[in-house]
Amino acid sequence: MEEILEILEKNGRASVEEIALMLDKSVEEVKAAIKKLEEDNVIVGYNTLINWEKSNKENVVALIEVKVTPQRGQGFDKVAERIYRYPQVKACYLMSGGFDLTVIVEGKTMKEVALFVAEKLAPLESVLSTATHFVLKKYKEEGVIFEEKGKDDREALIL
Amino acid sequence: MNISEMIRPNVKNMPPSGIRKYFDLINEMKDAISLGIGEPDFVTPWSIREAGIYSLEKEHTHYSSNPGFIELRRQISSYVERKYNVVYDPAKEIIVTVGASEGIDIALRALAGPGDEVVIPEPSFVAYKGCTTFTGATPVIIELKAEDDFRLKPEQLERALTDRTKVVILPFPNNPTGAIMTREDMQKIVDVLKDRDVIIISDEIYAELTYSGKHVSFASFPEIKEKTILINGFSKAFAMTGWRIGYACGHPVLIEAMNKIHQYAIMCSPTMSQYAASEALAACDADVDAMIREYNRRRRVMVDGFRKAGLDCFEPLGAFYVFPSVESTGMTSDDFCEQLLKEERVLTVPGSAFGSCGEGFIRATYANSYENIVEAMKRIGRFVKNHRK
Repeated sequence: MEEILEILEKNGRASVEEIALMLDKSVEEVKAAIKKLEEDNVIVGYNTLINWEKSNKENVVALIEVKVTPQRGQGFDKVAERIYRYPQVKACYLMSGGFDLTVIVEGKTMKEVALFVAEKLAPLESVLSTATHFVLKKYKEEGVIFEEKGKDDREALIL
Repeated sequence: MNISEMIRPNVKNMPPSGIRKYFDLINEMKDAISLGIGEPDFVTPWSIREAGIYSLEKEHTHYSSNPGFIELRRQISSYVERKYNVVYDPAKEIIVTVGASEGIDIALRALAGPGDEVVIPEPSFVAYKGCTTFTGATPVIIELKAEDDFRLKPEQLERALTDRTKVVILPFPNNPTGAIMTREDMQKIVDVLKDRDVIIISDEIYAELTYSGKHVSFASFPEIKEKTILINGFSKAFAMTGWRIGYACGHPVLIEAMNKIHQYAIMCSPTMSQYAASEALAACDADVDAMIREYNRRRRVMVDGFRKAGLDCFEPLGAFYVFPSVESTGMTSDDFCEQLLKEERVLTVPGSAFGSCGEGFIRATYANSYENIVEAMKRIGRFVKNHRK
């Protein structure tokens, strides 16, 4: 099970047949295991990792530190939900330390992101303060270094 | 003066590598896939590289003691005990070498000379025969058989031993076949050797790359520990080939003798590599485990690929090589490799490069990306189909 996840985490396009061969299991076994992982929400989706900088699409990412007041009986979860339901929010984490929520927001322009913070995020009742940090360059995401093209430069050694 | 006359005959007569022509060919090809190189495709884990860089920043650019930093030898001692259950005194029984290759060379130079015989199972790493020949000793070849899964049989060993046998080389897990020896197989070899006056050089450089249970070291058999030199290194397990760093463990008298040659020829192993190796032993178990899991997955894909292509292929359980038979094509290994490279741009190495009994087989390494392996197997499948006799 764990090794299926290891393979899929690196390559969401690996087929059931390929995985079965790699792990010396039957196709049915792997199919059933993946189905179970999906049902249990262990596998929650299959994404493509895109370096937007290299595409033509304009794209801005900001990391926003948010301080909130937790709500009686519901802690941070309810406030977090009010925030992460926005499609502009790509990720949302509850944090230890000096602030409460890390909110990753994506937009077409800096203005669009700034407006989202000013008009949607900051005015929320439980939000005490926000600090917006714009991402200038992505070096690595999901364990993948963006600028590196794994090229084989091993020289021929005559044994 | 005829300069060529100045070269000693056992050097001059050493045949040039039979596979050079392949590498010359592949250099001119565009989308060729090399399954020929016997080294990890992984880059050394970052924390090891970082430790090397840090050692330079801290101005650690000097010699170490001849056998290597004592701290590193202590780490090697605990590593070998933890992994293979055999204990060596870091002060007297361990030497840090320039790759496992140097360990093999200085062991042979310390032990063998004209009139001595060195028993070498083949197919195997070409340096055993080469280094033996350079000492003036005579290589005595044992031909391992596909029907034995390329394991060494006690009867074969018995037949090869004579009064002149000085050294027996045990190359498992094996390059090029990927064969391993189980504890039961090994016990039979140990029983043959325990009462003989011979030294065993056990080259266990691929020890970590074992895919069925844990590697068993020949040195862990108490009956032969005293007469065994355990050779290992960082190249394969930690993907550190270019760092040229390995080690040898053995009886203090043997290590002292090897250290004499080492100190005059080498002085000491590169210290940057020693610092990096220290980090490898201290903190990289998880990196190694991840690489082994990945190799194992590719191994299954490659074995399956050869079998589907119609080439007989025993299941290799060690190292990162597959050693299929090309008999069903009716071609020699050399022809097969040359045609495969020319027609499908996939580089493999003829089994005959590893000893004449390797004829009829080819070596392919799965130390390459999954995508390349899949593509290479597709091309090999097509090639075999076109050439089936």
